[in-house]
Amino acid sequence: MNTLQKRLFGSKEGLLGTLFLALILVVVLPLTLDIFRLNLMGKYLTYAFVAVGLVLLWGNAGVLSLGQGVFFGLGGYCMAMFLKLEASDPITTKIQSTPGIPDFMDWNQITALPAFWVPFKSFPFATLAILIVPAVIAYVVGAAMFKRRVGGVYFAVITQAIALIVSLGIDGNQGLTGGRNGITDLRTLLGWDIRTTFGQYTLYFTSVALLLGVIMLSRWVLSSKMGRILNAMSEKEDRVRFSGYDVSDFKIFIFCLAAMISGIGGAMFVLQVGFISPSLVGIVPSIEMVIFAAVGGKRSLLGAVYGTLLVNTGKSLFSETFPQLWLYAMGGLFILVVVLMPNGLAGLWDDYAKPWLHGAKKRLMERPPVDVGETKSNAPLAKII
Amino acid sequence: MSSNTDYLLAIEDLTVSFDGFKAVDSLNLYLDQNELRVIIGPNGAGKTTVLDLICGKTRATSGSVKFKNREMLGMPEHSIVRSGIGRKFQTPSIYENLTVYENLEVSFPRGRGVFGALTFKTTTEVEQRIQSVAETTFLQDYLHTEGAFLSHGQKQWLEIGMLLMQEPELMMLDEPVAGMSPAEREQTAELLKRISADRSILVIEHDMEFVSRIAKKVTVLHLGKILAEGSMDEIHNNQMVQDVYLGH
Repeated sequence: MNTLQKRLFGSKEGLLGTLFLALILVVVLPLTLDIFRLNLMGKYLTYAFVAVGLVLLWGNAGVLSLGQGVFFGLGGYCMAMFLKLEASDPITTKIQSTPGIPDFMDWNQITALPAFWVPFKSFPFATLAILIVPAVIAYVVGAAMFKRRVGGVYFAVITQAIALIVSLGIDGNQGLTGGRNGITDLRTLLGWDIRTTFGQYTLYFTSVALLLGVIMLSRWVLSSKMGRILNAMSEKEDRVRFSGYDVSDFKIFIFCLAAMISGIGGAMFVLQVGFISPSLVGIVPSIEMVIFAAVGGKRSLLGAVYGTLLVNTGKSLFSETFPQLWLYAMGGLFILVVVLMPNGLAGLWDDYAKPWLHGAKKRLMERPPVDVGETKSNAPLAKII
Repeated sequence: MSSNTDYLLAIEDLTVSFDGFKAVDSLNLYLDQNELRVIIGPNGAGKTTVLDLICGKTRATSGSVKFKNREMLGMPEHSIVRSGIGRKFQTPSIYENLTVYENLEVSFPRGRGVFGALTFKTTTEVEQRIQSVAETTFLQDYLHTEGAFLSHGQKQWLEIGMLLMQEPELMMLDEPVAGMSPAEREQTAELLKRISADRSILVIEHDMEFVSRIAKKVTVLHLGKILAEGSMDEIHNNQMVQDVYLGH
């Protein structure tokens, strides 16, 4: 296998795993689900971006953030602002007292578009903002925390507080942000209707493609020396520091990358669901994202996707039947995973399914057992599948 | 401010106090190029604190630490390391989840910035360094073993190897033979002699038998101050040192 392939997919097993996930997302789900359920899956996939970011940040660098919903929300709001401006052309909004501005602004007696909304009329600007805004905010928070060596539980609590502040801030500024209702009634992207069946299929496949791209990018990062340093740092931070690395730079970098990835997820969410509100930014969604990653396996990029899809499918099936019990089930699930399977579904796969498959393959070949030994040389790469 | 010297490391009037307690009290210590110095002293004498002060882990209250006539106090840890000071911790501090090879690779002094680390390539030069350091530290047969599966002594060697990867001009070792078998101690003494040929080494050690095997010059610390300094024989016959160690 050539080097680039190795850097993008990990071992041969990682390549097969990625292809298998692609097969499920591109072929199996679209063929077996109706468009309503598939659109739901597309929505869950946008959460998987955040979970993949958490695999980088929490699983590999050992930095737990309980505020990733903020970055998901920032990406989402950047997209929603562009779509809302497109939906608020003067003709459609001519019954407003100020035509041409978003309806919620008109309801709040705002008579001119606020300055920070103006650049979001441009699609290239909005696209750039989806990537840059979450990263810049992450940089500011990260630099303030990590340079001062705030870490561990303190960092987790502070990020949680930030999630609360941001969601309250959006909530409380109705005229500027749409407040608690969020930004709703989004219709077209550059004149192309996002609500049609064709539109929803297209957006679903776009999400899948972006998610697979993000997974490969993440694997490329983890398979570089950066990945080893992040793992080393989560284990013995002082040793890394006294090997001449500025530990805070590495934490800031991975925090920004995770934020950027989460922002892409948020933007795809808005396109598929058609709205964004502060309820997707605050504490609860931020913690749910951590549970998705934990269930999938906090060190496994592919596991994060499976974890997100399974927990959310479970959530919608379960809450359709027993709406009150869902939160308890979610809490119970988290405790179960943390106590019984610290490496989540990916851990179960590595510990049980893989040895069994290995044995089955051996039995099939009907050869006297030869001790080939695990291919040790691939071990470090195999770990990050 | 102190003047320039020929010493590799010149510590002058170094003091650190924790809530009024002076763990290190106006310490003066000079280290030559290619010198191997051993610091001994009873528990709480401030030995580890001195190393912490030199490498920036603890901030000094006052004084000066000059390495190659450059003031080290106030510099961030990674800059101190990059200027040529390596530090081994008391309990072996290696990456248990990484193999011996990866432990050494991470310690190679290139690609230390974020973007350097993303684009770092393990060239043949790096491979050769890893190979030769592994041989020096008796680990050539364990390159693909994960750190967690090494014996305690091997972990100590690996950490020394990780320092060697950085080619520091000054190596500070905090109790390098703690937890080692007699045979391993003997090997470690050989190892230190070999690697001290082209660098200075500062060792903290409790094991007197080991100290007498490696030391040319010994510094005795007591209550944050230097009690005595000299050859092993001089230290042995020093009445004050005997009193301190016998607890008078």
